[in-house]
Amino acid sequence: MENEKRSLKRRIYDYVLKGLVYFCAFLTVALLAALLGYILIRGIPHITWDLLSKEPSIRNDTIGILPNILNTLYIIIFTLLIALPLGVGAAVYLTEYASNRRFVSMVEFATETLAGIPSIIYGLVGMLFFAQMLGFKTSLLSGGCTLVIMILPTIIRTTQESLKTVPQSYREGALALGATKWYMIRTIILPSSVGGIVTGCILAIGRIVGESAALLFTAGVGTVIASNVIRAFGSSGGTLSVALYMYVSERGEFDVGFAIAAILLILVLGINALAKLAARKLKNKN
Amino acid sequence: MKLKKATEKIMNTVFLVCGFTAVAAVGLITIYMIISGLPAIREIGLIDFLFGTEWASTAAEPKFGILPFILTSVWGTVGAIIIGVPIGLMTAVFLSKVAKPRVAAMVRPAVDLLSGIPSVVYGLIGMMVLVPAIMDWFNLSNGTCLFAAILVLAIMILPSIISVSETALQAVPPEYEEASLALGATKIETIFKVSIPAAKSGIVAGVVLGIGRAIGEAMAVMMVAGNVANMPGLFKSVTFLTTAVAKEMSYAGGLQRQALFSIALVLFCFIMVINGLLNHFLKKGGAEDGK
Repeated sequence: MENEKRSLKRRIYDYVLKGLVYFCAFLTVALLAALLGYILIRGIPHITWDLLSKEPSIRNDTIGILPNILNTLYIIIFTLLIALPLGVGAAVYLTEYASNRRFVSMVEFATETLAGIPSIIYGLVGMLFFAQMLGFKTSLLSGGCTLVIMILPTIIRTTQESLKTVPQSYREGALALGATKWYMIRTIILPSSVGGIVTGCILAIGRIVGESAALLFTAGVGTVIASNVIRAFGSSGGTLSVALYMYVSERGEFDVGFAIAAILLILVLGINALAKLAARKLKNKN
Repeated sequence: MKLKKATEKIMNTVFLVCGFTAVAAVGLITIYMIISGLPAIREIGLIDFLFGTEWASTAAEPKFGILPFILTSVWGTVGAIIIGVPIGLMTAVFLSKVAKPRVAAMVRPAVDLLSGIPSVVYGLIGMMVLVPAIMDWFNLSNGTCLFAAILVLAIMILPSIISVSETALQAVPPEYEEASLALGATKIETIFKVSIPAAKSGIVAGVVLGIGRAIGEAMAVMMVAGNVANMPGLFKSVTFLTTAVAKEMSYAGGLQRQALFSIALVLFCFIMVINGLLNHFLKKGGAEDGK
């Protein structure tokens, strides 16, 4: 009798917890599905060619997000051009060169700290340092420089992970054949860890596309297409995420907001798929 | 030969400089936060600033008390953790212990996607769906409130909690679980009485990571919280530390502007403490795996 009671209790405990586990997993997936579905259904009908291909015009009272699309592209390219060599270089130093344990742990601590700092603080420091101190003003250049610092941890970490997977025998082989260290890194180490570097880049692009708080006070909210690329970097320009915030919160243009949100989601979906693909390629090669 | 040696030296320095940028960036951020944040605190007085209950930055006689922001950020984060952690932990258990590999492989990308969605998109959804819904459910005149922000934050911290806890749960040595099963415990009992306690440090690290995310989030919260400098109440329009900065920075000048930097400094201190805790728990988790 006593025994039966206990086993009943255990069975109830089992069922309840199991039910909870399934319910929560279902909830997470359902949340995502609802989010995606809602945004896409409300957004896609408002994505028109006019919206994608024009500047906003006060005279005609029309909204176009072409400047924001261009700004997003510019800022992605600029940020990667600077952050990629820096981040990969840092990772190479940490795994291949550094002999000083202290220095390595200091850099690793700094990287972790950078990863934890919220984007609004990046925005403030970017505004104070790049926009005001260095005189870049509120411009794509300031925004890009701010984002370089922000995505550095992502690139350093992913590159480091993939450098660590390069077999030690490759290094020993190259050095035994008389290669110098730099020659070995250039011809052996970097080519065999390219998959990880690509994954890092894709993740970084995802962060740049979604970023808004760090850009609001550094790159600003401009919606004019500059006559050339140099000009573009010298003037204020809002990316898609910033534009979404401005149109929704400041102007109440919810349809445009949903259209941009749908575009952003499609980009994020594409970026995630690419990252998976790159990771799989890397795995196959090893 | 000489040329080769020179290149070696140059490349060594180049890589060293690259490695140093991250350290320099942390130094730069810390210095700027302190230099720009201190003047207003000195002028207003640390006690009045931190514990003043009234924020009226644009009034004729401006008041700069940020206690409402601090408490809102704390309560908002606590609320998000209370809702987000159980759901996240259960989902992590599902992914690492309960689900068949094929099902887990379908759920995991969903979690990745959740973390990839830009915060303004969360804000938009919150504004268009949650806020009106809350207005309806609770018969409020205005749905923008702390509760809406808590719900949005709870969803936004899910991916961090899930992925860190899942890693921790997977790292639990299988012998522990096998021993428990051999002693007659059921699978669920084993998970909740053996695996979860064994993965405690990693799970706590996930929670701390979530706390950091929640306290630092600005845009999504700004779109749903109403942004009035009230003391926190579940259905009151409130301002977080982050949104106080983001909202007023575009037009502030003088002492008001400096006070905003001081708010950012307070936020920065919170984040540094959280980072320290995170490192502590991650290291501890790693040490346990090593056993």
